[in-house]
Amino acid sequence: MLLGPSLAVSAILFSLGVVGVLLRRNAIVIFMCIELMLNAVNLTFVALSQQIGLDGQVFVFFVMTVAAAEAAVGLAIVIALYRHRDTVNLQNINLLRG
Amino acid sequence: MLFWLFAGVAMGSALLCITRKSPVASALWLVNTLFNLAGIYVLLDAHFIAAVQVLVYAGAIMVLFLFVIMLLNLGREGPSDIKGPWGKVIALIGGLVLVGELIALRRVTPPFSLQLPPGTVANSVAARGAVRVVAEPLFQGYLVPFEITSVLLLAAIVGAVVLAKRRL
Amino acid sequence: MSPLAGTAADWVGLAILLPFAGFLVNGALAFFRPRARRAVSIVGVGSVAAAFAVAVAVFFAVRAAPPAAPYVKTLWSWIPVGDLSVGAALQVDQLSVVMLLVVTGVSSLIHLFSVGYMHEDPGYARYFAYLNLFVAFMLVLVLGASFPVMFIGWEGVGLCSYLLIGFWFEEKEKADAGLKAFLVNRIGDVGFLIAMFLIFSHLGTLDFRETFARAPQGLAAGGGTVTAIALFLFMGCVGKSAQIPLYVWLPDAMAGPTPVSALIHAATMVTAGVYLVARTNLLFAMAPVASAVVAGVGALTALFAATIGLKQWDIKKVLAYSTVSQLGYMFVGVGVGAYAAGMFHLVTHAFFKALLFLGAGSVIHVMHQAYHHSHRHADAQDMRNMGGLATYMPWTSRVMWVATLAIAGIPPLAGFFSKDEILGAAFTRGASQPFYLIVWLFGIVAAFLTAFYMARLMLYTFHGPNRTGDLERPHLREAPWVMTGPLVVLAALTVLGGAINLPEVGALHRWLEPLTAQSAAFLPDLAPTTGVEIGLMVAAALIGVAGLWLASRVLKPEALLPPDRAPRETGFAKLLLEKYRVDELYDRFIVQPLLWLSRVVLWKGLDAGVIDTAGVNGSAALARGLGWIGSRLQSGQVGTYVVCFVIGAVAVLATLLK
Repeated sequence: MLLGPSLAVSAILFSLGVVGVLLRRNAIVIFMCIELMLNAVNLTFVALSQQIGLDGQVFVFFVMTVAAAEAAVGLAIVIALYRHRDTVNLQNINLLRG
Repeated sequence: MLFWLFAGVAMGSALLCITRKSPVASALWLVNTLFNLAGIYVLLDAHFIAAVQVLVYAGAIMVLFLFVIMLLNLGREGPSDIKGPWGKVIALIGGLVLVGELIALRRVTPPFSLQLPPGTVANSVAARGAVRVVAEPLFQGYLVPFEITSVLLLAAIVGAVVLAKRRL
Repeated sequence: MSPLAGTAADWVGLAILLPFAGFLVNGALAFFRPRARRAVSIVGVGSVAAAFAVAVAVFFAVRAAPPAAPYVKTLWSWIPVGDLSVGAALQVDQLSVVMLLVVTGVSSLIHLFSVGYMHEDPGYARYFAYLNLFVAFMLVLVLGASFPVMFIGWEGVGLCSYLLIGFWFEEKEKADAGLKAFLVNRIGDVGFLIAMFLIFSHLGTLDFRETFARAPQGLAAGGGTVTAIALFLFMGCVGKSAQIPLYVWLPDAMAGPTPVSALIHAATMVTAGVYLVARTNLLFAMAPVASAVVAGVGALTALFAATIGLKQWDIKKVLAYSTVSQLGYMFVGVGVGAYAAGMFHLVTHAFFKALLFLGAGSVIHVMHQAYHHSHRHADAQDMRNMGGLATYMPWTSRVMWVATLAIAGIPPLAGFFSKDEILGAAFTRGASQPFYLIVWLFGIVAAFLTAFYMARLMLYTFHGPNRTGDLERPHLREAPWVMTGPLVVLAALTVLGGAINLPEVGALHRWLEPLTAQSAAFLPDLAPTTGVEIGLMVAAALIGVAGLWLASRVLKPEALLPPDRAPRETGFAKLLLEKYRVDELYDRFIVQPLLWLSRVVLWKGLDAGVIDTAGVNGSAALARGLGWIGSRLQSGQVGTYVVCFVIGAVAVLATLLK
């Protein structure tokens, strides 16, 4: 019976994460908003698993593992970028240009 | 009741997270959000997941974030990194449209064929214990993904080390 | 099985093939050996003479076994498309045989004449190549067994006319004349095409035999459809046979060599229109309104052109307007329903008009030689520079007088009988329908004027004092026999030609009976009573004599002054000299607006404005614009990319909303 509200909360958290990604220029803050989005999805899985089965929780376990790996590598990239360009402001980093 | 408390705080923290100027403040508000989510997990009979959330997500990943912020000296007040008025408008519209669509697409009852009798999960947890309830599928049905995940973690470690080195 | 199968009629295709081969050979010679005069002459004249031999053979075959229905020889299947099946087929019947003989016979004589006339010309081989090609196409026209095949010939002779009128194309005037002929012809051709479309859509066939078999049932006599068909066919005739309002090209066509004028614009091409009406006589008989139009236009043209001829000074222009006028007579004949009479006049006119033109050609040739020797640049075609040539060119003068008497309608020469029969038919019909009486009246007046202006031509050219000049006079002499010979032959034909269709005997009339019989059901009886007939004959002869006599009384060749000293014309005479300023009228109201339309609207407006700007440049600009957008997308700004991400994801979700 908590499924409906949980899904609503999850949707709102996900949207907030998207707004954050669109709103900020700092690479690390954008990263954190992405983590927020991942958590919103985790909430969805857990809420559904209460109704459907325990596979949901197992899946959340995996999501968290992958999120951890992704955070590690991503932050390493940010560090390398900072060393190269002396800033993490994405507006100044246009190496993908052309 | 308790759920609404946790949910409300989580949403409020998330909102504050994305609007703070200082990256450290954003990180801390995100930690708060994660804690409240863990609380919600408990209410949803996912005790093990809640614990892992606090341990791994809030405890390790966010700590890593804070380490990097400190390493790069981004903690002090600098020029704001929030986008200008046009950016805010786009972000706001994007967010509103998205949440609108998601709510429009909601389906609050799972398909009848997938539904379990209410209270099944709660009873399993009560009967066998929270950890066991997750561990059994993990090591039986999902063993292969489990092992692959360990390889993934290895790759992540190696990658992180290589990428962050000062001199290769 | 037609009685003609297995006879010489099977080889009628040779008559077309021989001149066409002549064209190919002469054309090749024109490219590689333009100075091989003897070879060109032999091939050029020989091929047409051989075609004449074939024509004679076919004629005898047809005479021995006159077919009740036309004999069609299909050479191959040309257009087999759905319901339409047109074969490359030739038709041998009494009518096509008449035209075949006239075309090949007169052509042979004119080819021979050209050997002498064009002797000095550097384009000798090219000339004979074009002339041979013309004969080939003309034969396709008269021998065609269906409308499309005839149309091929129709267009082909138009092409050759253009090539030959503009033969001396280095002079802009002459090249323009060729173009004018072609374009004005084309206007008429649209009518021919529309008529073909109508015939096919209503009768389902374009074959002559089939069309005339189906017409009485398939079309309502006197109805709108058959009238429309006939009128559109006549539109083609108006263009090709130079009637009002599309006659303007014929006088300008005199820019071409004189033998060309003789062949194409007197004897053969312009008569194609008359042939067409005679061939489709059933359709015209079924459409009395259209026939009345034909007769009316013919009569009007006959009178109109005759008036212009009264005041022209160029000898060829007089003959050109005379041709237009005589063609009008032929159309009166076929418009009134006397198809045999129209064809009769066509044949006799071919004889005496070709004779007149070739005679004029001889005169011009000699005048040119004279001026060449004296190095003067006077107009060799202006009658005011001639005079008294009878003493120097006796044979030419005699034969031209024969032709003049014929055209004036003096018995017993050929022109008298043919003209009289046409007018007789008009008068008979006029008894019940007053419209035709007016037609008859126009014809009578035109006959009078014809006699007058032809006598004028003869008086000014061959009689009176010689105005050419003292330096030139010693060089005026008779033209060489290769030119005078054909003139004599044509004169003989002019004298004897009346025998084809003498009033009571009516040989041509009976000969063409199988082809005109169907129409008889739709026409009133056209034979005048004997008393009326004799009366009309006497009247016509008197009119002719009167015209000649008046000319000799009124005109004073002695008083003529050479062109540079002649006083300016005034009043009505000026209007006639300027041919009623019709060309200027056309130019002001049709040509200039068309040019304006082409230049301003279509060229600047549409072509440069719309197509170039919007189309060509526009698509380039579009490509450039799209490219610019694309380059702006590749900014390297991750923030922008993320926005696009989100927009994409939102859009995908939106599709799920449905």
